[in-house]
Amino acid sequence: MTLQLTGLTKTHPGGTLATVRGLDLTVDSGRISALLGPSGAGKTTVMKLIAGLLSPDAGDITLTGRSILTLPPERRGVVIVFQNPLLFPHLTVAQNVGFGLRMRGLPTAQVAARVDAMLERTRLTGLGQRRPVALSGGQAQRVALARALVLQPDLLLLDEPLSSLDPALRDEMRALILALQREMAVTTIVVTHDQTEAVVLADQIALLLDGRLAQHGPPDQVYGRPASLSVARFFGGVNFLPGTAVDGLFHSAIGAMPLPDGLPTSLTRGRGLLTIRPEAIILGALADPTALPAIVRGCTFLGTQSRVDLDLAGTNLQALTTPDTARNLRPGQTLGVILPRAALWIVAAED
Amino acid sequence: MRGSALRTLAGLALAMWLILPLLPLAIWSVAHGWRFPAIWPAEWSLKAWAFALSPASGVLQSLGTTTLVAAATTVLAALVGVPAGRALGLYRFRGKGLVLLLLVAPAILPGIAVALGLHGIFLRLGLTGTIPGVVLAHLIPVLPYMTLVMAAVFAGFDTDAEDQARSLGARPMQVFAHVTLPAILPGLLTGALFAFLVSWSQYLLTLSIGGGKVQTLPLVLFSFATSGRNDVTGAVAMIYILPGLVALALTARHLTGRNLALGAGVPG
Repeated sequence: MTLQLTGLTKTHPGGTLATVRGLDLTVDSGRISALLGPSGAGKTTVMKLIAGLLSPDAGDITLTGRSILTLPPERRGVVIVFQNPLLFPHLTVAQNVGFGLRMRGLPTAQVAARVDAMLERTRLTGLGQRRPVALSGGQAQRVALARALVLQPDLLLLDEPLSSLDPALRDEMRALILALQREMAVTTIVVTHDQTEAVVLADQIALLLDGRLAQHGPPDQVYGRPASLSVARFFGGVNFLPGTAVDGLFHSAIGAMPLPDGLPTSLTRGRGLLTIRPEAIILGALADPTALPAIVRGCTFLGTQSRVDLDLAGTNLQALTTPDTARNLRPGQTLGVILPRAALWIVAAED
Repeated sequence: MRGSALRTLAGLALAMWLILPLLPLAIWSVAHGWRFPAIWPAEWSLKAWAFALSPASGVLQSLGTTTLVAAATTVLAALVGVPAGRALGLYRFRGKGLVLLLLVAPAILPGIAVALGLHGIFLRLGLTGTIPGVVLAHLIPVLPYMTLVMAAVFAGFDTDAEDQARSLGARPMQVFAHVTLPAILPGLLTGALFAFLVSWSQYLLTLSIGGGKVQTLPLVLFSFATSGRNDVTGAVAMIYILPGLVALALTARHLTGRNLALGAGVPG
């Protein structure tokens, strides 16, 4: 089911929810998309609007071309799995999973059969008679997922499905979500503030900033080819060199270099910011003909990586490298820095 | 072991503290002539009980009336108190402080003033001397208990659970029956218990609004007590405290946490 949001607006959602302004978004059928944004960007508002728990001030929500705006939440075919599993404490695991089917008035035998099948698929067999309090965090999360998927929803909304799990369980849950999603081909939206969560689960990322869609595309694209300075900053971009684009070249303090391929025409002329991700910068020997000379300002050990602060023609630049490489660097030392052409991108100077 | 001995001792002390004052009444109800210097009645008799339980005394009829009034008051208080407590517990709104003040106002104002003021109004509405009138009057002291208990319950309630249920396909009524009600039930029962007992022990409001036509147990009890029938007073008092004892037993169980409605189930 393709989900389409058109001009979706909710200005005063009340409570602690954020505003959404004229959001246009298409989520492809059978895929996992991420709705990503910092807290206060309006993600939860959008999620509740899609689920029918809030009604928009303006705009439309369609599933395969049909508007679902007038349908109450229980008849939209949209199921939310909240970050907090919200299992009903007075019901057993099996009763929790069968909740939606019972509310639809399905015969008991049919409910039991579908619940059993779903428990097996989510590796919960044998836990059916337990109470939610007797479950581990990972198990509770799986029950919540099973409770939603057993309904075979047209659209599944997952609210930060991995954030509350510890690292070991994250991988397991991620694999389970991806496997079940593929198997059941359910259109899924992961709502999250965590870019890692978005990247590891989704094949499309819609970045929401301040109630508006800032960029929508595959993960490598939103990372490497940010649509604006804010998008670049959200994904951890720190290197911005001011300059001017003229006749296919970008002139900045480090000299003139060809414009990146696929740059929007609005950026091929005039002032802009040259940007490169810290992990894309290659530290090497000065002898390399493509290398630019840079002075090491300092190194910071970050655990699995080290950050190197560089001075490149008077501009500060941050690079990420292995701790081993960084160990041999001394402040004041000059080294060669390679900025791979494919990793360069330009964003508008004014945001 | 020492802990459990201490707990037993504390339990006994509590039981004594509650039961000792009632002991003379219990003895009165089976005594035949028990005059001052004697510390023990000279003779025993069940005459007082026989009279209290006979139709002539009107005690049993009064027991029915009291139960009816208290039950009706409790149900009405729940119907108003649950949504009101929800609003107070979950939302911040303009004038919330004023609403809370008005809620506890009946507890601050002298009961006789409330009763007299209300009497004038109910007289005009034709509600004096009727059971519905008495029930309505009882709601004044009862509602604050119910509402405040429910406000505390809802303050700890996560409405996301209701959103979750709707998203899973439950209609609003189903959400209430299958998710909200089970979650608030322990609190609701506590509130109902309070409501029932507060209504059960109303004297002034019943006397004023009921005008002697609605004879609840406190009224009957008081009239026997003032007429000097100590033995009958003792018997009626025993009947009168019955729901209180039942309530105490129920709450004691509830307080020990052995309540499935709280969701504290054991792994199967």
